[in-house]
Amino acid sequence: MSAGEAGAGRDPGLQPERTRLAWRRTTLSAAVATVLAVRAALHGGASAAGIVLCALCCGLCLAFLRVAHLRIHALAAGTPPPALAPRHATAAVLCAVAMAVCAAVLVV
Amino acid sequence: MSEFVRNIRLWFAPERVRDEGGTPDYRFSLANERTFLAWLRTALALIGGGFAVDQFLPDLRWAWRVGLALALLAAGVLCSLRAVNHWVRCERAMRRGEDLPASRFPALLSVVVAVVAVAMVLVVLVRGEG
Repeated sequence: MSAGEAGAGRDPGLQPERTRLAWRRTTLSAAVATVLAVRAALHGGASAAGIVLCALCCGLCLAFLRVAHLRIHALAAGTPPPALAPRHATAAVLCAVAMAVCAAVLVV
Repeated sequence: MSEFVRNIRLWFAPERVRDEGGTPDYRFSLANERTFLAWLRTALALIGGGFAVDQFLPDLRWAWRVGLALALLAAGVLCSLRAVNHWVRCERAMRRGEDLPASRFPALLSVVVAVVAVAMVLVVLVRGEG
């Protein structure tokens, strides 16, 4: 504990850094899902519905990136870092759910 | 059920989580957040798997293809909703100093993934013979 306090309040377990990387990994997962969505939407000729769903998935991915960006900045802002706001957690989850709904529309 | 509705209200109301108990060590909160993100990645992977089944098994019968894809997508939706619900419950338990909530969900998800995997094996075998 004293070692952590000596290092200008730096946590020896690097918890904020690990959390930041977890957010980064999650944005990468969202990007992979979005690439698959774009491929599914535009494969075999682009229909109007396909383009709309493609744009929707890209928008959802950007919204997720935005949430992650805000959270990463909040983590870097202060020690101890503030806790995750439920609103952000819900926003991130709603992006994933909306992407699944887009996928269901594309598949059927 | 009312407990569940109360949890859903908490998803959207950040200040109400802080109404009860004391603030836990921030390291525990961050660990809880990372667990939430791990579940969210699992959900995104399931959603990606749904897209992949639809995309990369084009000569499968329509019903099988759509059925498998929808099963994976539904698992993804459940997984992400459960991620935020479990995160709220853990956060509240930590604030109140209670035990962390037990959950059947990991077992349920494993069973669903196993069933989908067996279905895939059957599909591949049937296609190999037919």
